[in-house]
Amino acid sequence: MHAHNTHVETLAGKIEELTSQSVMQCYQCGKCSAGCPVRNYMEDSPNQVIRYVQLGFDDEALHSSTPWLCASCLTCSSRCPQNFDIAKFMDAVREVALEMEIDVKEKDVKKFHEAFLNQIKKNGKAFEFGMVREYKLKTLNLFQDVELFPEMLLKGKLSLLPHKKKDIKHIKKVFDEIK
Amino acid sequence: MRIGVFVCQCGENIGRTVDCPAVAEAAGRFPGVAYSVEYKYMCSDPGQNLIKNMIKEKNLDAIVVGSCSPHMHEKTFRKAALDAGVNPFLCEIANLREHCSWVHEDIVDATKKAIDLVRIAVEKVKKNTPLTPIRVPVTKRSLVIGGGISGIQAALDIANAGFECVLVEKEPSIGGHMSQLSETFPTLDCSQCILTPRMVEVYQHPKIKLLTYSEVENVEGFIGNFKVTIRKKARSIDESKCTGCGLCVQKCPIKKKAYNEFEENLAHRPAVYVPFPQAVPNIPVIDRTVCTYYQTGKCQMCVKVCGREAIFFEQQDEMITEEVGSIVVATGYKLYSIDKKPEESEIKGYGEYGYGKYKDVIDGLQFERIASASGPTSGEILRPSDNKVPKKIVFIQCVGSRDESKGFSYCSKICCMYTAKHAMLYKHKVHDGEAYVFYMDIRAGGKGYDEFVRRAIEEDHVKYIRGRVSRIYEEDGKYIVRGEDTIAGKPITIDADLVVLATAMIAQPNAVKLAQTIGMSYDKYGFYNEAHPKLRPVEVSTAGVFLAGACQSPKDIPESVAMASAAASKSLVLFGSDFLEREPTVAKVNESVCAGCFYCQKVCAYNAIEKKEIKDRKGNLVKVIAYVNSGLCQGFGTCNAVCPSKSVELIGFNDEQIYAEINAL
Repeated sequence: MHAHNTHVETLAGKIEELTSQSVMQCYQCGKCSAGCPVRNYMEDSPNQVIRYVQLGFDDEALHSSTPWLCASCLTCSSRCPQNFDIAKFMDAVREVALEMEIDVKEKDVKKFHEAFLNQIKKNGKAFEFGMVREYKLKTLNLFQDVELFPEMLLKGKLSLLPHKKKDIKHIKKVFDEIK
Repeated sequence: MRIGVFVCQCGENIGRTVDCPAVAEAAGRFPGVAYSVEYKYMCSDPGQNLIKNMIKEKNLDAIVVGSCSPHMHEKTFRKAALDAGVNPFLCEIANLREHCSWVHEDIVDATKKAIDLVRIAVEKVKKNTPLTPIRVPVTKRSLVIGGGISGIQAALDIANAGFECVLVEKEPSIGGHMSQLSETFPTLDCSQCILTPRMVEVYQHPKIKLLTYSEVENVEGFIGNFKVTIRKKARSIDESKCTGCGLCVQKCPIKKKAYNEFEENLAHRPAVYVPFPQAVPNIPVIDRTVCTYYQTGKCQMCVKVCGREAIFFEQQDEMITEEVGSIVVATGYKLYSIDKKPEESEIKGYGEYGYGKYKDVIDGLQFERIASASGPTSGEILRPSDNKVPKKIVFIQCVGSRDESKGFSYCSKICCMYTAKHAMLYKHKVHDGEAYVFYMDIRAGGKGYDEFVRRAIEEDHVKYIRGRVSRIYEEDGKYIVRGEDTIAGKPITIDADLVVLATAMIAQPNAVKLAQTIGMSYDKYGFYNEAHPKLRPVEVSTAGVFLAGACQSPKDIPESVAMASAAASKSLVLFGSDFLEREPTVAKVNESVCAGCFYCQKVCAYNAIEKKEIKDRKGNLVKVIAYVNSGLCQGFGTCNAVCPSKSVELIGFNDEQIYAEINAL
C-alpha cells in the first residue's frame, strides 16, 4: 500500500471532481455497511472502500469488487448521517476504473451493465429478454437461473420482442455525446 | 487650551517604521500644543510619570498620546491624566501602532501618516469636554431562571453569600433532569440522594424566594436594575393551605388519562398530582386538560377529601414583578425525540429506527427511570411492552448527535458516559444478560471517566461495537438491530429484547423566545452564546446576565455545578459595590428638535431608546419624543447616524468633534 500526496492525481481528487463531494466528509461510522443489502457478498465493506480512498490506497479501491457489487439502491445514501452520497461515490469509482482500463474483478457485472446499455442503445428502452440473452452469450453462464424463465414468461414479466421506442435518434444522440 | 503630545515608540513596534522624534517635533508646532515629547515605553511607570509630571510642570489641560490601540492602553493613559488632575475624557489616543507602524513599511510615508494621526487627535481633543462617568445603583438581588441542578447551585451560592435570590422554575417542582436519574457516573452515587438535600435547602433558605410552576414573561432594564415580570401559573391549589398530605392525589379517579412526565411517559398519573414523592415544594397541581371538573363541572373528589379546603378551582395565573440586579439563566436542555415531529422542523426523527413506534425502543431518560429504585418498575429492569426482563439489550450512541442529516452536528458529550453507566447498571441487575453498545468514538474525558468505561468493558463484559446502526425492525417480538463492526469489517445483526437510544441533548423548545426576552444571542441550535468562548464563558453579551449549565451547550453534572457557581460569583462581584460606573459616552436626545419619528428606536440593538412625553405647564401633552436610557446605551451611535433631524448626539463623538477630525486632514 502506498499513499499518494498530490490531491489532483489521486483517486480522492478525481472522485471529488466527478461527484462534487469530498471523501473526507465520511467519518467512518459504518452505517452504510450496516444497512447494505448486498454487504454479505462484498469482501470490502462500503466504508472500507471509502477509507482506502481517504488514505490514498487507490489500487485497493480500484481493484475492489465492492463498487461492482453495489446495486445503487441508495439505502446508504439516504441514511448517511454526514449526507455523503455513497452510491454516487461507488459510481465514480467504477467510472475511474473503466477509464484506467483496470482489470475489473467482477467481470460479469461489467458485462451485465454492457448488455443493459446495448439494449437501451438498440431499442431506446430496457428489453429484459434481449439483455439476458446478450449477458448469457457474453458470460457463457447459459443455464444460470434458467428455471425461472417459464414462470416469468407466464406472468408477463418477460416479453420475447422488444417494445421499441419510436424516435430512437435522441437516444443515439445521448450515447454519441457520452462517447 | 494647552495640549501635551506624548509619542510612544513602543520599543521597536512603532519606532522601527515611524520616526518618533520627527512626529513629536512636528506635533510641537501644531496650534494649541504647548509641549510634545517622545519616549520608548509610554505605558511603563516612568512613561506614565512623564505624562503626570509634564501635565503639572507645563500646566497642560488636555493630552494626546500617540501609541497603540485605545483597546490596549486608553484606560492607562486616562488614569494617568486623572491622577495629574486632568479630566480623563480630555485624553485622546492616536493609534500609531495598529493603524500605522504595523501596517506600513516605508518610514517616510509612515511618519507622514503618524503626524496626520496626531494632528487629528489634537483637533479632536480641542473639542472635547470634561465628562464624568454615569453612576447607576445596583439592586443586590438575583433572579435565577431554571430549578435544575445548575439553578439550585447558583441560587444557593448567591443566597449563602447573604443576598436575596428569586428562583423561577416552570415545572411544579425543582430538581430538573437530575432528579430523574437513577445513579450518576463515574461513582454510581444515587442521584436523588445527593440532590434532594439541596432541593430542601433551597426551600428552607430564608434568602431564596422559590417560584415553581412559573415562567419569566418579560425582562426590562439593565445591569443592576432589571425589572422582571413572572407568570405564576395557577396550580388550582391554595399553597398557603395545602399541607402536602397527598389525599387528593390518592383519591383522584382519573388514573389513565395522562402520562407521567416525570416517568418519561412510562407510567400514568392522576389529574391532581405531585411530579414525584420528593418534590419541592410538595404541593400538587391540577392538570386542567384532564381533570373531570374542568371538563364537565362534576367530580370534585379532591374537594371532598381535602381537610384543609386547599383546592382552588377558580385560581388565576398571577403576574409577579421582581426587581433584581443580575440574572442567572439555567434553563437546561431536553432530549432529542426520535419520533417524527413535523411541527418542529429541525427534528427529523429516525425512520430507520421506527420513528418511536416500537415500545421497547426507548431513550436514555426512559432507561434512567426503569433503572431507578423510585421508577415505574421499582428499579427492576423490565421492558415496557410486556414487563419481561430483557436478556439482550442494545445501546446505541450518537442518536441525533453528530448527525448532520438530522440537523445536529455537535457531540452531546454526556452520552458515552451515561451509556457505559446504563450498560453497567443492566449487567449488575441482569447477571445472565448480554449488553451491546454501538458507538462511533468513546469520548470519556474527565476525572475517572475513561476508567469507568474500561470497567464496563473489562469487568462487566459489555460488548462495544464500533459502528452506527443502520436499521431496527421488529420480528417475532425481537428487535433486529443491523450494524457493522468497522474494526472487524464484519456485518453484525443482534436480536435484542430492548434497545436504548442515547439521544442528543438539544436546547429547550422555548430557548429562543427567552433569549429574545432577555437579549441574549444564541447559536443555530438554540444554545445560548457566551460573551467569549475562552475568557468569558459564563457571561452573555448583555451585561448582568450569566449562564449556567446545559442551556449553553451539552454538559454533565459537575460541569453544570461549576458553571453555576461561576455565574453566582459573577453576580456577587456585581453586588460588591453600591454603584456601577459606566462610560459617559452615550447618546443624548436634543428634546427641542426631536420630531418623534423613532427611527432611532428601530435601529437600536440594545433597546435603549424609550418614549418620553413632553407636557406643558397645565399638563397637556405637547409631543412624544425619544429618550435614551443611559443604563442600556452602549454608545454605538446608530441612532445618531439615522436621525433625520440630527437631534441625537453621541456624547464624546458628536458631529463637531468628528468634523474637527476630518478637517484636520
